[in-house]
Amino acid sequence: MNRSFRMLLRRFSRHKMAMYSLVILLTLILMAVTAPLITPYSPTRPSGKFLLPPDSEHLLGTDRIGRDMFTRILYAMRVSLMVGFLATLISTCLGVTLGLLSGYFGGPADRIIMGITDIVMSFPTILLVLVAAAIFKPGLGSIVLILGFVDWPGVARLVRGNVLSLRETNFIKSDITAGMPGRYILFSEIQPNTIGPVLVYATNVFAISILDEAALSFIGMGIQPPTPSLGNILNGAESLSVLTGKPWLWLPAGIVIFLLVICINFVGDALRDAFDPHGVH
Amino acid sequence: MIKYILKKLLLAVPILLGITLIDYLIMSIAGNPLDMMVGPRVTRESLAIRAEILGLDQPLWLQYISWLGQVISGNLGYSYKSHLSVAELIGTHIGPTLLLTGTALLLGMLIAVPLGIYSAVHRYEKRDYVLIGFSFGASSIPGFFLSLLLIYFFTVRLGLLPSGGMYTPGTGGSVSDIARHLIMPSLVLAVSIAGNNVRYIRSAVLEILDMDYLRTARAKGIGPALVIRKHALRNALLPIITVIGMEIPVLFGGSIIVEQIFSWPGLGLITMNAIIGRDYPVIMGVCLLSGVVVLCANLLTDILYALADPTIKY
Repeated sequence: MNRSFRMLLRRFSRHKMAMYSLVILLTLILMAVTAPLITPYSPTRPSGKFLLPPDSEHLLGTDRIGRDMFTRILYAMRVSLMVGFLATLISTCLGVTLGLLSGYFGGPADRIIMGITDIVMSFPTILLVLVAAAIFKPGLGSIVLILGFVDWPGVARLVRGNVLSLRETNFIKSDITAGMPGRYILFSEIQPNTIGPVLVYATNVFAISILDEAALSFIGMGIQPPTPSLGNILNGAESLSVLTGKPWLWLPAGIVIFLLVICINFVGDALRDAFDPHGVH
Repeated sequence: MIKYILKKLLLAVPILLGITLIDYLIMSIAGNPLDMMVGPRVTRESLAIRAEILGLDQPLWLQYISWLGQVISGNLGYSYKSHLSVAELIGTHIGPTLLLTGTALLLGMLIAVPLGIYSAVHRYEKRDYVLIGFSFGASSIPGFFLSLLLIYFFTVRLGLLPSGGMYTPGTGGSVSDIARHLIMPSLVLAVSIAGNNVRYIRSAVLEILDMDYLRTARAKGIGPALVIRKHALRNALLPIITVIGMEIPVLFGGSIIVEQIFSWPGLGLITMNAIIGRDYPVIMGVCLLSGVVVLCANLLTDILYALADPTIKY
């Protein structure tokens, strides 16, 4: 294992909250991935009487048509985590590429890319997402694409700023003087030095994507039933009888979203400290 | 300064054009809004006539140019559904939204600023960590879930607060009645603002606390209270202004879902209805408005910046 990675690990592990969060997060992810092994029921087919309160057979009770709620939440976590991860991947790749190009080449390329960034940033994100979600057929693929194409400007600006300051450093200047090819300078010298901040930012986007997906599915414009997602499970809670008398139908899903997001945020915070060059070694 | 503002306003024009162009493109991919109306009682022929009246039979770029021409002459078009003018529709709904978002912003900053400063002053102490923990919690809770929890406790359990609307139907809506309806939706928005900004303001103040001029102030022996109040807070004003500028677009979007849950009769409610019903003129109007709001917020931030920081000259 190389030294800088070990140092990162040591600095990260100093954050107790982040370590707990990482354990919880990994447990939840493992549960989501191995869902068929954990539960004998199907997330979309009834498996018992309807509206059963929690008992030993149905850990979190059953819903209006008799589907096991624990099973549904496990599978919902799969969907929500996948949407969050893929959306983050798309927006990060897009943002890093555009940011690198914009910061390194400057001039007209920079002006055009930053112009587009300004336009996308001037939209309230949710408005753009809602309009797009209403217009394209809602579903997993479209949600991933919509969220992915909305969150990149932040990354692009971050990377551009980093590139601009890296260009002034001596090691890049010496690369330029030595006549190294632009491709090499950009991808082998500049890009590795922006990975830390990008990773930190990506955890933030991951958390936001999970929240956005949940909100969209909650108002019925995201993942469509019968496919469970953490947001659309909560959808039924707007009816008063569910809200008051059947907390097992809405409380667990909400708590799971909260847990996922807060754990991701804590991990991101510890990563920020670990990558901070001004931090204590 | 005036020259700077004019330059910014000029720069805003291409951004607004870009926003409307993107909207138009998205909608063109979505297809004809009248297609949704086809049914047993509506024939293709009658829809073709409708399309002709609305100008939907023309090529996309012509539609966009004629829409743009309308906007420049001050007409935002008419709703496909209610046939009301979009400007009028926005005009009657913007008041409640401004009331909601304004209250939320004020409430959120009233929570975030003192807590952020307190946290920074007591850095790396137990209370600092507790506050940071709370702020992470506040920014991690989904707004709609918090809304449900609040409705569950304050409406269902305690019966203290109404769960929806802006005033009790039948009454004219007295100030106290509106205030009671305002508490929960504005609290939901304020919690997320506060959650995000406690940490931001904390780190901004921390940076200021490490500055040389603060070390000088401390060295003079004027006491911690005066150091913070006179020397640190003045400089903390800048990040606070930035935060407010950044929060405005977020709030504008966040209010859409909160208004939906609490049936608050604002822009969010008509936006959602327009989106579901594919009422394009209304969607275009709201998107344009939101773009204007965001750009105004940016401009306001720049101006306040110049006022708060004497070293900035435009």
